Amino acid sequence: MSRFQFPKSIHSRPVYGTLAARPGKAHLMVADAEGAEALLDLAGSAPGLMAKAHVIYIPGDAGERYIPRLGAHSPTQLYIGPSYSAAVPRLRKTLADAHMGLQIYLAGTEGLMGQAMLEATSAGYPASAIQTEHRGSTARRVQCVHCKGTTENVTTTPFICAHCGLNLFVRDHYSRRLAAFQGVCVDAEDPGDVPESEGLYQ
Amino acid sequence: MTIQFNDETFHDDYTFRNSEWAIRRFPFPFHEDSYMYSVNLEPHLSLRPGSVYEKTFDVDEHYVSEMRDRARVLAEDPLRCQSLPHMTLAGWDLLELIMESKAREYPDLFELRRDGDHWHWINKPLELEQKFTFLDETTLPCGPMEYITRQAQGDFALLDHRDENLWMDAGMVTTQADWSLDFDIGMNFYEWHAPVPLAHELGVFQRALKFLLNLQQGAPVRRLNWTMTVNPLLDTSPENYHKWGVQKTELTPENVGSKQHLRVELQTLFRLPRSNALAFPIRCYLIRLEDLVTVPKWGRRLHRVLRDLPEELATYKGFIRNRPMIVDYLSKFDDGAETSPGIWPD
Repeated sequence: MSRFQFPKSIHSRPVYGTLAARPGKAHLMVADAEGAEALLDLAGSAPGLMAKAHVIYIPGDAGERYIPRLGAHSPTQLYIGPSYSAAVPRLRKTLADAHMGLQIYLAGTEGLMGQAMLEATSAGYPASAIQTEHRGSTARRVQCVHCKGTTENVTTTPFICAHCGLNLFVRDHYSRRLAAFQGVCVDAEDPGDVPESEGLYQ
Repeated sequence: MTIQFNDETFHDDYTFRNSEWAIRRFPFPFHEDSYMYSVNLEPHLSLRPGSVYEKTFDVDEHYVSEMRDRARVLAEDPLRCQSLPHMTLAGWDLLELIMESKAREYPDLFELRRDGDHWHWINKPLELEQKFTFLDETTLPCGPMEYITRQAQGDFALLDHRDENLWMDAGMVTTQADWSLDFDIGMNFYEWHAPVPLAHELGVFQRALKFLLNLQQGAPVRRLNWTMTVNPLLDTSPENYHKWGVQKTELTPENVGSKQHLRVELQTLFRLPRSNALAFPIRCYLIRLEDLVTVPKWGRRLHRVLRDLPEELATYKGFIRNRPMIVDYLSKFDDGAETSPGIWPD
């Protein structure tokens, strides 16, 4: 299983649930990597649901592992994308074309869910129409508060900003608008005195 | 003019100084010898002529230099001023509130002539004059919130009221105590306060939000907040923390009195008439410790407050590393005498 129990945190940090089928004519499912497991669990609990769903799936490191099983549920559309950013134009078009009442299911990493959530809310969908379930990697998207560059797949703190090179401490403070956690210079008060990097949640 | 404006800086050479007048009217934030978070909101009524509580928007000797500092910070980082698209009307509300208040309360400094929607604004200290059409953005050099907050001391947030919550959807933030508008814009009341320790558990934010959702037009409220800042640096932003953080290491027992400042925020909240948003001005006042202790009661009290402050708060407020030096310095001004209740000098 790829479930992870996030420790209790501050109010700005998102919390994720378990996907549950909701009534509706149209369903949009967006997942990456092990997020496919959540979609498969959902499909298993609600036979026929995925046959009414457009599935956008970015397998990443999961490779081919889940694709045949997703296809076996005969989604109305099954898109397999090479990266999240490659899938964005399609996601935006889908959100723009859909009718009110679309049910949205997001599953996988925090970065995928946060960014897709932002697309959906920006397109006008209410938070009540969007469900999330975390699966797989606990890596985070982190925005450097200094240079504003966002580093993907951050698994340790502190880490080196991919843009400006500062050593950043990863905070739990989270911006939905940026779909990112905040990274703050860890050695500002003692330049060069960088604590040893450790895994998030260690 | 009634106020002599200082020519001073809040960065690099730090020529900022408080006059004797500014020291005596400093908004000392502690009404007793200890501190813990509380909602501590009170009506923003005119109080004590000459005090910072007298006017709707206090103007003091730092006005011109603070506005110059704001322009400098904005030129370096335009993201310090942002307004989500639905907040323009609230920006006009704020512009009206500030212009009307300043023209009414400081007639020798500011003038507002209104002929229907045709407004004529004159700002004498900054030598600005603008004729514009109220509610027509094309007649101002920038958006209404940016226009007026480049001419008003303190930071400003505009809070949208929806879904039984307040959303920080616009702001002008260049004199902040280490929080990022660019990161926090769009957050609700609980989210933008999320990093504050202890206060959530005390129920402070639930009570404050409940109160603020019921705030009525014409009945603004105020509270004080505080922290400690090394050097009179207005722009203690997270954005620039990698540059100014190191200044905390420059304190010595010899310079702590002149370099270490008490930083006080006079926070006010106004319900705005057209947008139903809240205006949230956060005005920053700085005072060096050696000036503060010239009021004996304040020296005694600040010593006791900082000495006894819970460690989480000293850490969150960013002065845990310097607390021993600060407390040691202040102890010389605390003879153990009793202090009178309230914030005012004896």
